[in-house]
Amino acid sequence: MENIGKANQEALDRLMEARPVLTTVGRASELIPALAEGRRLLHAGPPITWDRMSGPLQGAVIGAALFEGWAGDENAAREMAAGGEIDFSPCHDHGAVGPMAGVTSPSMALYVVESDGRRAFSNLNEGYGKVLRYGAYAEDVLERLRFINQEMAGLLADALAASNGGIDLRALIAEALHMGDEGHNRNKAGSLLYLRHLAPLVAAAAKDQDLAARAIETLGANALAVLNPVMAACKLMADAAHGVDGSTVVTAMARNGTDFGIRVSGLGDTWFTAPASTPDGLYFSGFSAADANPDIGDSTITETAGIGGFAMAAAPAIVSFVSGTPEDAMTTTLRMYEITLTEHRHFTIPALGFRGTPTGIDIRRVVELGVSPMVNTGIAHREAGIGQVGAGLVRPPMECFEKAVLAYAERYSL
Amino acid sequence: MSVLRSERRAGAYYDSIVLMQLQSALRDLDGIGDAGAVMATAANLEILAGNELLPDGAAEDVSDLLIVVRAESEDLGDAALGQVDELLAKRDSGTGGTGTASYRPRSLEAAVKAAPEGHWVQVSVPGRYAADVAGEALDLGRNVFLYSDNVTVDDEAALKERAARKGLLVMGPDCGTAMIGGVGLGFANRVRRGAVGLVAASGTGLQEVASLVDQNGGGISHAVGTGGRDLGAAAGARTALQGLDLLARDPDTRVIVLISKPPEPEIARRLLAAARATGKPVVVAFLGYAPPARHRGNLHYALGLVDAAELAMALQDATAQELTDGATDTAGNERRYLRGLFAGGTLAYEALLNLRLSLQPIASNLSADGVERLADLSRSVGHTILDLGEDELTVGRLHPMMDQELRLRRLKQEAADPEVAMILLDLVLGDGAHADPASEIVAAVSDVPGDGPEILAVVVGTENDPQGLEEQKEKLRDAGITVFGDLSQALERIEHKLAISTTTAESEVPLAALESPRQVVNVGVEVFHDSLAAQEVDGIQVDWRPPAGGNEKLQAILKKMKG
Repeated sequence: MENIGKANQEALDRLMEARPVLTTVGRASELIPALAEGRRLLHAGPPITWDRMSGPLQGAVIGAALFEGWAGDENAAREMAAGGEIDFSPCHDHGAVGPMAGVTSPSMALYVVESDGRRAFSNLNEGYGKVLRYGAYAEDVLERLRFINQEMAGLLADALAASNGGIDLRALIAEALHMGDEGHNRNKAGSLLYLRHLAPLVAAAAKDQDLAARAIETLGANALAVLNPVMAACKLMADAAHGVDGSTVVTAMARNGTDFGIRVSGLGDTWFTAPASTPDGLYFSGFSAADANPDIGDSTITETAGIGGFAMAAAPAIVSFVSGTPEDAMTTTLRMYEITLTEHRHFTIPALGFRGTPTGIDIRRVVELGVSPMVNTGIAHREAGIGQVGAGLVRPPMECFEKAVLAYAERYSL
Repeated sequence: MSVLRSERRAGAYYDSIVLMQLQSALRDLDGIGDAGAVMATAANLEILAGNELLPDGAAEDVSDLLIVVRAESEDLGDAALGQVDELLAKRDSGTGGTGTASYRPRSLEAAVKAAPEGHWVQVSVPGRYAADVAGEALDLGRNVFLYSDNVTVDDEAALKERAARKGLLVMGPDCGTAMIGGVGLGFANRVRRGAVGLVAASGTGLQEVASLVDQNGGGISHAVGTGGRDLGAAAGARTALQGLDLLARDPDTRVIVLISKPPEPEIARRLLAAARATGKPVVVAFLGYAPPARHRGNLHYALGLVDAAELAMALQDATAQELTDGATDTAGNERRYLRGLFAGGTLAYEALLNLRLSLQPIASNLSADGVERLADLSRSVGHTILDLGEDELTVGRLHPMMDQELRLRRLKQEAADPEVAMILLDLVLGDGAHADPASEIVAAVSDVPGDGPEILAVVVGTENDPQGLEEQKEKLRDAGITVFGDLSQALERIEHKLAISTTTAESEVPLAALESPRQVVNVGVEVFHDSLAAQEVDGIQVDWRPPAGGNEKLQAILKKMKG
């Protein structure tokens, strides 16, 4: 079937030629029709019901219900969710992505990333420690959410409005890869580049100097500040590649803390899921593997777009965080070339002679070689309300890709 | 009292060398009498049974790893099984290096990319995957050394056809050894380089001749292995023919040795024709075949492998004979067949046994392998050897040594056949034989035109015979008949004229295939990778696993999704 090759080339061209630009920050209820009214929350990964949600996702749902004022306390929120009074829907179904729990509620702010009339969204990063995306929902967590989603978000919108057409995220990612980032777990350089773009705009746009200082301080202190816009950029690139008839390119990988799911360009909106595995990594002091929740979050959209774990060779320093040697970083990227269809035209790796990053996961190669994509990830505590306990590496279950191959055979009558 | 303890791991593939190392490491553990670590194929289960290592109810499943120990106690057995992972992990250490140098690609494609200067891929994966891996190597433009066995005959033929189309070589399947530009592939002896080139359908035959040449002070230019079945009808000796053609063009090779267990006659004919066409001395060692002569033109028949090595040494400094002199390529020529009309049965039989290796198709009223039985004795087909003294032809008439009537009629018939290039006759003199056979023959061919077939005659007799040997020869010569004192000379003349190789339409393999490989990709048995390193060749080992973890349903789908 030579048209598989053609279809994939089409998907890859679209993926690499999309040029996501961060243009503004807006209100979720205004940007996503499904959040315009009623009690609906978006979450990371494939679809899931309350009773199957893991601790951190339930915690984030509780936090979001409190944040929205739908419930007065934890128990009320739990009853509401368990009683079917809240609708749940994957971020991915609404052009959005969110790290870890990925819970996005109507009054939250969203980054808007655009390219050629296409849009993708992501919520704003809260920083480290006890945060909603890891399922924490204590009052200080909500307090921080309010600051970020209201005061800071408004200021960022004003700042971006004053920019010259927004911030080119494809260029930012390409540059960050040359500065030791891989774009998923390590975004130190990218976040500083982001701050460099934003700081003068924020300073100019701010009517309140204290708020400006606090916003800049908040962004600057968070080495993951740029992760969310980067994820939205990756989502936009992957969505551009989605829906090419006959293509075997993976266009989404996402986890909800219970299931790992993938989508394939030529297989419509079906999720191919399998139980999420637990990351293998290093734990913060006081925690161990026994505390770890199974893999969670939409951040695997970075690997889907050809960065993150696939660009490990660009980020040798990260290996100490996810346990390993610089050689492992190199090996990881080399291995990913074997399951991808091309080398990225815009994202390159200095240590490999500026070879493009491995891009376009091919379900055929993953299954044939028995090599699952390599994902860098944070690790959430398995109970709601505690937060991040470590970071490490995780491989999506092979079953997802096998199911996709079987579905492909059925869909295309092989 | 010993007990068997076992463990089965579904879908866990390891190559056999690793499993053998695991087995021997398990045996060395305390309280372990014997151990087996095998993929659970029917054959392996039988071997386990033979060693009293087969666990009750062990079922066949080729993708399962079965580990069995016979231990002094259950505890010791379980302890040994508990160490399996550790023992398996040991082999991975010591691969050292930094960065990309130590990276082991999982796919052949990535390995080939990492070896831009490598034009050879060694394949030793299990047989049922070998054809796919070899085919992929060909698609990537690489020559293939195929060590794997259990490749089907059809797959072998298809692979070789594909290779020939692309101007590539497939040595194997079941090819144990080869030497390319001084680099040994598979199991190879360390021999010095020299002027002797080998083409061998027998791995140990190749090794023996190469070693003897080395011991005698000579050296090997290249040694092309073909795999044992290459000389079968399905593969059609494609690899051997490619090898001969390559060595003919290779300036380093001055003498060629062709080694095989006895090939089928049609294949032997094609090989010998190709060997003649090389224009270089070719030592032919077809084991089990009676050599038809010590030599015929540039072909030298060896009595065995030792003889082959000695002949090669003796011939390596001989100047290339002028082989094409007087010979014509008869392909496409209308006059291209030999007709032998014999009075002497044994002479006919000797001619037949010789010529079946050089002329095909060949038919006769005598029986021999590779010879068609003439259906209608009154009509020759292709090359034909007729024993006119056979019972069926002497009913109601005298033996042709006395009465040539039938032979003379047949001679005229053959001479008038536009497809006939040569007619071979024997004249057996002596008391009791015809008084003047030569005159009758001369009369019979008197009206054969100048552009008619060449007539050859072998005369058997002495000067004291009543017919007079020289007198008979003289009569024949005067009539333009080519006369020989013995059959062997006549056969040499015939082969020289009629047994020239026809050129094939397939693209020839570029000489670059024989360049000393700087990089070699190895898929399968790791010992071959190690031996590359020992030869200071950059080996790229593929970390190969059965596709889709051995899942046959997925494998079938993936095959349809190629492209």
